[in-house]
Amino acid sequence: MNDIHDISSASKAPGPRKASGFITYIRDVFYAVKSLLVGLRRTGYYFTHHKEIITQQYPDNRETLNLPERFKGEVVMPHDENNEHACTGCTACELACPNATIKIVTKFDLTPEGKKKKAIDKFVYHLELCTMCNLCVVACPTDAIKMAQTFEHSVFDRGQLTKILNKPGSKIREGVE
Amino acid sequence: MVEEIGTTTDGDLIINVGPQHPATHGVLHLVITLNGETIKKVEPHLGYIHRSIEKMCESLSYRQFIYVTSRMDYLSSHINNHGCALCVEKGLQIEVPARAKVIRILMDELTRIASHELWWGAMAMDLGAFTPFFHAFRERETINDIMEETCGARLTMNYMVPGGVMLDIHPNFRQRVHDFIRLFKSKVHEYEEMVTGNIIFQNRMKGVGLLSAEDAISFGCTGPTARGSGVSCDVRKYYPYDGYEQLAFDEVLETAGDSFARYMVRIRELHQSIRIIEQLIDNIPEGDFQAKTKAVLKLPKGEFYQRVETARGEFGVYIVSEGGTTPYRIKFRSPGFSNLSALDHMARGSKLGDLVAMMGTLDLVIPDIDR
Repeated sequence: MNDIHDISSASKAPGPRKASGFITYIRDVFYAVKSLLVGLRRTGYYFTHHKEIITQQYPDNRETLNLPERFKGEVVMPHDENNEHACTGCTACELACPNATIKIVTKFDLTPEGKKKKAIDKFVYHLELCTMCNLCVVACPTDAIKMAQTFEHSVFDRGQLTKILNKPGSKIREGVE
Repeated sequence: MVEEIGTTTDGDLIINVGPQHPATHGVLHLVITLNGETIKKVEPHLGYIHRSIEKMCESLSYRQFIYVTSRMDYLSSHINNHGCALCVEKGLQIEVPARAKVIRILMDELTRIASHELWWGAMAMDLGAFTPFFHAFRERETINDIMEETCGARLTMNYMVPGGVMLDIHPNFRQRVHDFIRLFKSKVHEYEEMVTGNIIFQNRMKGVGLLSAEDAISFGCTGPTARGSGVSCDVRKYYPYDGYEQLAFDEVLETAGDSFARYMVRIRELHQSIRIIEQLIDNIPEGDFQAKTKAVLKLPKGEFYQRVETARGEFGVYIVSEGGTTPYRIKFRSPGFSNLSALDHMARGSKLGDLVAMMGTLDLVIPDIDR
């Protein structure tokens, strides 16, 4: 009596099923085969429905690959057709950056009136330190920098990752303070 | 302690799983003492990707330190950022606009779904089934596209800032989330067919890795790991933040305490997250997405603690401020560390082959364990 009780409690307990009688055994086998067939039906469905496959053929689809406008790839400084940018050299981005990615070197330009005016000499950007957190873009009061959608950043020489964002000969746009 | 790799004086075999083992989801190093095929002891060795994040945060300002937490539990980065933002807001007593609160909850729940999807795929892969991984990633990719469009990143978003969210949601956001819900509902039955109902899967999960409710509490387990043992511990229910108290959703509880119970908790949580998103997606209030804050944030002198429910359990942020622009001390309470500590208890006496199944149901993310 005691033994029977033990066996019945073992079959109720969660865990790998133990054969407790021939009928249960057969039922388990049928259940097992059925569960495998249900899974295989899924496989068969995708085998015959090619349109459901969503694989992207990267890098062959580079021409058609459109990343969203907000994608954070790297920091760039947009220049207009007159080779002018909007950076005043206020260093708000430099202070906002958690990793010292940005270093702004300033110089003093002479205005037509003969006054000295602060301007950027070099906007040094270390891509190798950047975590694309977007804090510099948010901090910029004149919208001089933005995030570009580039994402393939590998180069052979680490030095190429240190970039100067303002183009040679560029100057600040009129009216930006 | 393990002095030498090989055998102990009792004649037990000592083997290493990891740190670079395909079954361990990252750089987790387990030293296992085996008697035949029976596990006598599991000893996790940590430190392989320690980045001293807590120390780093001491030199970062209250806006800057949030991005680091995306690198801890990278699968629920939104929720980690949310906890940090809430803690800073608590110190500064900033009132967050209603729109920002709703966006935050939507993002949290989308992240939770994405995290559970990835876990489901990796879980099946741990047990040798490779196809579910791709099925899970198909749905997860849709969420990643939504994130990419609104936050600009797929994994490390840094979207929650003190006072709200960094940018307003993209105009396509609502439509995309509706599309995702439709896709998810049309595909979720495949999960049941392929994995949950599978006899091989059930036999490997049921009765394996038993963790009682008392042990779950004493090891400090939270999240689906504890809820699989019947411990009610959902932070969203007990310490609601940003308006979770107004939403209708159930805390998922299973009582068996085995690997299958933990699996079922996560599968059922997917449906609860969808339920939360459906309540909010058509009711995003108009208004600001960010409260006006000062240029330089200074927390008053004191201690601040905020907890949030990530996909893995309770995540806590503890800030000690001396009144300056940077925190004096930051402590993160990560769910993965406590959940991992229960592994040794679960695994003792079971077979080596079941260890991977137990690890899978704990949903370990190693950078979260080892900060």
